[in-house]
Amino acid sequence: MHLKYESTVREPLVNGTKNYAQVTEDIISPVERKPGRMWYVGFFFSVALLCFGIFSVTWFVYWGLGTWGINRTVGWAWDITNFVWWVGIGHAGTLISAILLLFRQGWRTGVNRAAEAMTIFAVMCAGMFPIFHMGRVWDGFFVLPYPNTRGPLWPNFNSALLWDVFAISTYFTVSLLFWYSGLVPDFATIRDRAKTKLRRLLYGVASFGWTGSAKNWQRQEALALVLAGLATPLVLSVHTIVSMDFATSVIPGWHTTIFPPYFVAGAIFSGFAMVQTLLVLVRKILHLEDYITIGHIEAMNKVIVLTGSIVGIAYLSELFVAWYSQSYGEQDAFKWRIIGPYWWAYWAMMTCNVISPQFFWVKKLRRNITFTFIMSIVVNIGMWFERFVIIVTSLYRDFRPAAWTYYSPQWPEIGFYLGTFGLFFTCFFLFAKYFPTIAVSEIKFILKTSGENFKNDMTSIEAQSNEEFADEQMAAHHH
Amino acid sequence: MAIKKFAVAAYQDEEVLFPAVKAARNSGYKLHDVYTPFPVHGLDHALGLKDTDLHVAGFIYGITGTTTALGFISWILTSDWPLNFGGKPHFALAAWIPITFELTVLFSAVGMFLTFCYLNQIMPGVKKHVFHPRQSDDLFVIVMEVTDGTSEIELLDFLKTTGALETKIEVAESEWWYGRWDQKEPYELAG
Repeated sequence: MHLKYESTVREPLVNGTKNYAQVTEDIISPVERKPGRMWYVGFFFSVALLCFGIFSVTWFVYWGLGTWGINRTVGWAWDITNFVWWVGIGHAGTLISAILLLFRQGWRTGVNRAAEAMTIFAVMCAGMFPIFHMGRVWDGFFVLPYPNTRGPLWPNFNSALLWDVFAISTYFTVSLLFWYSGLVPDFATIRDRAKTKLRRLLYGVASFGWTGSAKNWQRQEALALVLAGLATPLVLSVHTIVSMDFATSVIPGWHTTIFPPYFVAGAIFSGFAMVQTLLVLVRKILHLEDYITIGHIEAMNKVIVLTGSIVGIAYLSELFVAWYSQSYGEQDAFKWRIIGPYWWAYWAMMTCNVISPQFFWVKKLRRNITFTFIMSIVVNIGMWFERFVIIVTSLYRDFRPAAWTYYSPQWPEIGFYLGTFGLFFTCFFLFAKYFPTIAVSEIKFILKTSGENFKNDMTSIEAQSNEEFADEQMAAHHH
Repeated sequence: MAIKKFAVAAYQDEEVLFPAVKAARNSGYKLHDVYTPFPVHGLDHALGLKDTDLHVAGFIYGITGTTTALGFISWILTSDWPLNFGGKPHFALAAWIPITFELTVLFSAVGMFLTFCYLNQIMPGVKKHVFHPRQSDDLFVIVMEVTDGTSEIELLDFLKTTGALETKIEVAESEWWYGRWDQKEPYELAG
């Protein structure tokens, strides 16, 4: 049951003096305004990156994957590194929207919409890499189990790579439905207050004709709850399956049972960092500081220090197991990670992921916006290196020393990666302009318990005796 | 199409809405619907609405996904085209769990979303009458039907006594129709 009272010990989730109309105005008005100069600069820069990405992709699809730096020893490199990195980033959105919904964490309402958008765009970027790594991308549909004239010959359902096809496409679909079912009522809000005909028309279509009828809301809440229940194991399964792309092989450095929890923790770690990067900017540019408060940022930094420490323990466990296994291949793989030709990647990973998040034990730093922003980028650099270390430094010195080699990326790979940044930020800038970046109806739902002006009135409730309080709450819930 | 006459009462606060809904249900007038800008907890019970069975539908879609995945994969790998992977058994249930799980979730989520749209009768291109432009902003709106033999004035007077911020009479289509939101509603054009 949703109590009408929340302790004043908890920070308000919405600052300032607000009522329902003010919430609508604050969150919807950026959609109705012309965007500022910063938006145009950012948007066109992203589109330029996207165009360079399209050029790079066209180039290597035409000339073939020989234009990449991969070779017979290092068959997976930047492509799969970037794939795992983007998928991992997506995980924070689902964690915020689904897992925190099940845990009844009120603070998720301020950040869930933007985080879910981030998930969808990140998964789109991630999907590009395995698709283009296929080489003959025009035959990409061969991974789907459809009746064909080759037998029919089916894909191998026992392969972790095919599990990935199902996991990523399911994840994308479910995230999209979850996100959109929350957006429908907010689109109706934009539609009903629209001043221009075009806006009424477009948001009318986007809102599906939502009116906010009591029965519709009841079903909407039921849908959100069940989708959250489905998305929670789903998000854990996705990075588990991604880790099985490696763990089900027999390559030293990959063949390990710790991978699923280690990958999931790393995914949440990097995802929250990306949420911080985006929201620190969004709250500033769209003037949403009252809704995405320092308290929200602190809460996410707590998740970062927790998951960062889990990742750190996983790194140390790997080293221990390599020694304890008494397997030469395993021991050498880790020795060369630390002091081999790719030592810089290993130490970049260790510094960014294990050491730097420990600063967040200090409350002052958790609540410092500039420090949070810098840390969010450091963590994402570190998590990129983690995937690079796992993939490239497990492959470049394989079982036969004659095949040992070194890998450096070539420009089409780099262009491809930059292009996915272009895609991600182009989508995100469009989202920030045309979509309500905060879930309006969900903020209204928590306003009377967690809004600053309402919390100030709660001191009188706190002065009540227990019996008085219980009587009033009971009466309030039995209309 | 069923064009009817409605009495609309808008309230500023959910604290006022609850007693008003109770009074409206007991008044003997015909309650059409209640519209709110966000999900107001307890309103469904106050209105006497049954709990939704949407989650039951979700369960049925889910087990459909489970059986589809298991049935399809086991048919392919044991009967249609059995492949020998390192001498392991053809019926490799453990290896099929990931895809089975994903399809369970996929079927359940997609099915539930479509059922949700169907039950609510919402879809791109669908249009419904919005009784008050602020019902999706900051007002809570009770809509009563003015049936034959109901006195408009008495009904409006009754709604005013329940603490309504504003009341009005509106003639509107009670169901959904296909239309464009930037255009006038067809019954307004006709009338």
